[in-house]
Amino acid sequence: MLEGILIGLSAAFSLQNLLMVVAGCLIGTFIGMLPGLGPMSIIAIMIPVAISLGDPAAALILLAGVYYGAIFGGSTSSILLNAPGVAGTVATSFDGYPMARKGQAGKALTIAAVASFAGGTIGAVLLMIFAPALSTVALLFHSAEYFALMVVGLSAIAAFAGTGQVAKALMMTILGLILATVGEGALFNMPRFTLGLMDLQSGISFITLAMAMFALPEAMFLVLNPQRGASAGSDSNKITNLRFSREEGRAIAPVIARQSVQGFFIGVLPGAGATIASFLGYAVERNIAKGEEQAEFGHGSVKGLAAPETANNAACTGSFVPLLTLGIPGSGTTAILLGALIALNVTPGPRLMTDTPEIFWAVIISMFIGNLVLLVLNLPLIPYIAKILAIPRNYLIPFILFFTLMGAYIGQNNATELLILVGLGVMATIFRFADYPLAPLLIGFILGTMLEDNFARSMQLYRGLDFIVERPMTLGLLVLAVLLVLLPSYRARRARKRAQGVADGD
Amino acid sequence: MALDRWIALIFVTFCCAYGYLAFFTMDQLLPPFMQRNPVWPSTFPKVLAVLGALTGLVVLLGLEKPEAGKGPSATDINLARLHEYKIGQALLLLGLMVLYALSLRAAGFLLATTVFLVAGSAILGERKWHVMLPVAMLATGCVWYLVQQVLGIYLRPLPYFMGT
Repeated sequence: MLEGILIGLSAAFSLQNLLMVVAGCLIGTFIGMLPGLGPMSIIAIMIPVAISLGDPAAALILLAGVYYGAIFGGSTSSILLNAPGVAGTVATSFDGYPMARKGQAGKALTIAAVASFAGGTIGAVLLMIFAPALSTVALLFHSAEYFALMVVGLSAIAAFAGTGQVAKALMMTILGLILATVGEGALFNMPRFTLGLMDLQSGISFITLAMAMFALPEAMFLVLNPQRGASAGSDSNKITNLRFSREEGRAIAPVIARQSVQGFFIGVLPGAGATIASFLGYAVERNIAKGEEQAEFGHGSVKGLAAPETANNAACTGSFVPLLTLGIPGSGTTAILLGALIALNVTPGPRLMTDTPEIFWAVIISMFIGNLVLLVLNLPLIPYIAKILAIPRNYLIPFILFFTLMGAYIGQNNATELLILVGLGVMATIFRFADYPLAPLLIGFILGTMLEDNFARSMQLYRGLDFIVERPMTLGLLVLAVLLVLLPSYRARRARKRAQGVADGD
Repeated sequence: MALDRWIALIFVTFCCAYGYLAFFTMDQLLPPFMQRNPVWPSTFPKVLAVLGALTGLVVLLGLEKPEAGKGPSATDINLARLHEYKIGQALLLLGLMVLYALSLRAAGFLLATTVFLVAGSAILGERKWHVMLPVAMLATGCVWYLVQQVLGIYLRPLPYFMGT
């Protein structure tokens, strides 16, 4: 391994490759800030540039830099505008946006940068150590386990939505799953629930739904209630407090440590990726936090911000494991990377490490450099990025609305998508008024297709529902999911019983 | 009945309609060879329709008790204060978005976007036209340049009668 690291160091520290890392991170951060352009589209756009470099190591380094940069850039728009442009940063907005509204935008961005850095770096260390061994573990997960894992993820999100809210959160999750069935599924090749409309043939796009669920209602609320924006605006004019205090540092350190490891291992599983890692990370941290800290989640908790930020960066690193060791892309983004590699005449797979070790190790070393560059580039930029919030609302709101529309439009190049966006946005605003959580809806939608595909595949493999009993891991995970949903209401009932008991005097 | 239970009622109705489509209309079109599969295109929607109706009923009937002593809303958005809010502005902005969606193709990106940004600020009460107009035009130009020239995603810049 040491020899490999040395090869990687010498390859990654060439002037060209260092430039690639810096350029990749910068491009990724700036384009990632625009809602609607996720890492997948940015990498797709950068592929021609990367291929024209001709050197596979440099190309992969550039694309990896873009990938990290885009994830970080996505977090900034989640934190500042509540407009997550990337599925992986949706969880970031849960606590990042409340922090920004409290006038702590600078601190939130700093925490996000530090957490991303730590997650990415620890992930890269784990990648170095575990890449060869993990490839075998990932193969143990079959479609039945993926199905069960996603069910656990969905019920965990609903279960952690809060007391008295579980049924509502479940309802939203199911609505998300239902929306995901619209359009032509990959497995069946027939349009479903399109109501005869051509525009629904390809389904509802993720970006449109994300914009409609988060950015649009937020903009509407800013319009409805001018005080809501005013308080945030006046506070964020003085972005003096960029640093987090020592206590806060101490609070988020264990979170970062746990989430880098957990996020990395979730990222290794093909199909799971940064999105699930960030949501699960958030849910886990929320569940193990105690009393007051738990109540703070969703209202600007530093832990709630650090957890998904760490987890999604660690998972991005983790998702390189199946790509580099098995040649199986675990996510859409790594699938595009795989395409780029093949175009450069490199075949990722078990032989990559033995045939072209310089590529394998150069990529890993460049991950360290990329994370460092991101931190160094972004920390000084934070005061300027956070200034976005100081723009007068009369200008800010039309621009938020415009970027929301743009995000939905450039993905599909279809004006009907904009009407769908407005319609869903109105629906989401009403949901918000009725105190329904919207995140479960979006998560249900993201996971819906994967959930159904894996369910159908296991049904076909086992000719029925037998896979539930025949695969112990699947059964275990499904039981866990049911427990997660039932536990909050059981706890609440016990608490009520106890309260009644006290009143009766026993 | 509170708004959240009205929504639950609508959701249950929606699930029934969705379930009707899944249970009674989808399978007729299925080719015979696919009928031998253990899983049909309608299988997952059927499960969802049933689960959705059940959870909707739980909310509708109020089976899950909310936590006592908790305020009506954790966020500062509150339906009870709706009459204090600027609903007119919000509706106008929504209308403007729809108008933008409908006119984007015909009027071209540059014109539609500039008008959208200026009109949006105007609806919110901004009257400094000498600031609004240059800002909107500059932003429109920058975004158009970035999206079309740098990223290579086609946006028709000019109205339809002035070429593509």
